[in-house]
Amino acid sequence: MPDPADTAPRAATIAVLVENEAGILARVVGLFSGRGYNIESLTVAPVDEAKRISRITIVTSGTEMVIEQIKAQLDRLVPVHKVADLTLEGPHVAREMALIKVVGRGENRLEALRLADAFRASVVDATIGSFVFELTGSSDKLDAFIALMRPLGLAEVSRTGVVAIARGPASIHS
Amino acid sequence: MSATAPATAADARTMTGAEIVLRALKEQGVEVIFGYPGGAVLPLYDALFQQNAIRHVLVRHEQAAVHAAEGYARSTGKVGVVLVTSGPGATNAVTGLVDALMDSVPVVCLTGQVPTHLIGNDAFQEADTTGITRPATKHNYLVKDIRRLAATVHEAFYVAKSGRPGPVVIDLPKDILIGKGPYTDPPAEPHRSYRPQTEPDAEAIRRAVALLKRAERPVVYAGGGVVNSGPEASRLLTEFVRMTGMPCTTTLMALGAFPASDPQFLGMLGMHGLYEANLAMHGCDVMLNVGARFDDRVTGSLAHFSPGSRKIHADIDPSSINKNVKVDVAIVGDAARVLAALIEAWKADETPQDKAALTRWWRRIDEWRARDCLRYRQEGRIIKPQHAVKRLYEITRELGRDTIITTEVGQHQMWAAQFFGFERPNRWLTSGGLGTMGYGLPAAVGAQIAHPDALVIDIAGEASILMNIQEMGTLAQYRLPVKVFILNNEYMGMVRQWQELLHGGRYSESYSAALPDFVKLAESFHAVGLRAEAADDLDRVIREMLAVDRPVIADICVDKEENCFPMIPSGAPHNQMILGRDQEGGAAGVTDEGKVLV
Repeated sequence: MPDPADTAPRAATIAVLVENEAGILARVVGLFSGRGYNIESLTVAPVDEAKRISRITIVTSGTEMVIEQIKAQLDRLVPVHKVADLTLEGPHVAREMALIKVVGRGENRLEALRLADAFRASVVDATIGSFVFELTGSSDKLDAFIALMRPLGLAEVSRTGVVAIARGPASIHS
Repeated sequence: MSATAPATAADARTMTGAEIVLRALKEQGVEVIFGYPGGAVLPLYDALFQQNAIRHVLVRHEQAAVHAAEGYARSTGKVGVVLVTSGPGATNAVTGLVDALMDSVPVVCLTGQVPTHLIGNDAFQEADTTGITRPATKHNYLVKDIRRLAATVHEAFYVAKSGRPGPVVIDLPKDILIGKGPYTDPPAEPHRSYRPQTEPDAEAIRRAVALLKRAERPVVYAGGGVVNSGPEASRLLTEFVRMTGMPCTTTLMALGAFPASDPQFLGMLGMHGLYEANLAMHGCDVMLNVGARFDDRVTGSLAHFSPGSRKIHADIDPSSINKNVKVDVAIVGDAARVLAALIEAWKADETPQDKAALTRWWRRIDEWRARDCLRYRQEGRIIKPQHAVKRLYEITRELGRDTIITTEVGQHQMWAAQFFGFERPNRWLTSGGLGTMGYGLPAAVGAQIAHPDALVIDIAGEASILMNIQEMGTLAQYRLPVKVFILNNEYMGMVRQWQELLHGGRYSESYSAALPDFVKLAESFHAVGLRAEAADDLDRVIREMLAVDRPVIADICVDKEENCFPMIPSGAPHNQMILGRDQEGGAAGVTDEGKVLV
């Protein structure tokens, strides 16, 4: 009999430290597509130029068995240094940034600006008929702001995907 | 990098890329390469021509080069090495690479590539080899800087043979092979990121032994990881099984890891495994899996797999644990280290074993054994394929020669697994995970190159053998006395069997029409051709085949519609096996859900 804990999917935010080398992103993405795992978001950037280390943050979901598989499969890639399940290992901070273009005039434009202020989004570009807002926060907060902009002239969205780090003094390197 | 080395030493260590590759191969202990030349690797072939330390074996197709390297690797425990050109050379090698990946065979495959300045330009014989082989290998490299070349070759060998072994590709642009750069020694320090765990956790071992000591119906289920770990692991497995009195079954990949003649051996398990092995797996209360991966050919229906047992799984690859089957005790480590630790902990744990329960368990197993699930009737002139393999086994055993068996894929492969007994590891070479028809003949090339004095036999089917028949030319060129023993039933037998059992007997495209005359085919490849058409010819043909010190094709004309039993139909649990035709009916119980499975 399957354990119910194994069949209920959960979300997982996984941090992966990898060698900053050609093809590493293709390896990680290929692993997810080849084995049919879910990717909700994926971000990557070098974090230590001297040691040639990049950090990938993946938001995924699956049953406990699938999440364990994902971590084991990532960990056995040759250029992978470390895999950390931030969701499992304790509290963590997760942030995403979005650039949001809203086009409109008159009352809609004012309302968009008021809401941006309430969400602490900043205006990074403005014309007579448009704004580009920059907003950082949890993915939910971004979703909520974008939903509010829709009737006010939402024209375009660009999101970074989630980056995350564990709370407290412990480091992924230790 | 030896940037600070004295100028003279640095000069001595400056050489062409091709020379760097060969020097690194030599340093890694390579004695033989299986390959096929082409434009992009001409510099390497030129360097090979000017040295004698490394032998090159010219195959007739790049897929065969990889299978030959696999045969070499699996029969020796060393890394097999392949050299192919860019483009089609590399793409032809892909099937072999995936085969090596699925069966965890250490292979380093050097592929040529167009010069770095042409990469991405759709140049002649250009292919995105690292892109294509990324999911086909354990790891791959594209060398773009000659200063990294030697280090990359050294690292490739480390990756291929460490942890769970596998194939590694090094893509070598032609300008890197021609250019000059420094040779560097293998690094003294450990790898930056890849350091697989080989030593098992003591607490996990203790928990495993506690379960095993209290088991009433234990079973040991050993897999290819035991073979990959080296002969010591097989010795320790045998020691552990004998000291505990437990029954032992092995996967297809692990035949020979435990002596077939041992009374505690239940035979192979799985889809075409033995009745007693599968029922022992189904009915056990504690299962010890060492180096196997709960493959679907072994488990059958996962929902019904060994429902009442506590499971212990030891594997060097953590991703194999809890992948298909959730286990109670997970042990990450090399099979030999795990078995040594289990033996020690077994001795240290003073809990007495329930010998009475174990005796009762053996009594039940003996009842299952009494079904004699491999029974067949050899009557009349028509040769039963099982009988052909059985006689081949018995006659080779009389000869007492070191015998290595390779196979192609299909019914003949399963009959070989059922009827040929192996006492030692590394003597059974078969494509288990990928199921590659055409594996056996090139694998036999590699095995015979590694073991010139051994008797190497490819047990084949008439359909599979045609997939890499060109390697008969390699046998002739290198005077490799490989025996090709074809169970010729004029059908893709396993396809036909499934069509009979699952698709209403509609034999869609499974008849081997327009077959060559295998005797003449052998002769045209400078080999000996023999044929057995009737049961009374069989022994004579086998003896003649084994007596000739040349390559032989023996065309054994067998019963055309014999099926391979026992069989667990797709999607069925272990206790719903179909036994032979004269034992029970067909696969009436196969559900539509089962038919979806392969």
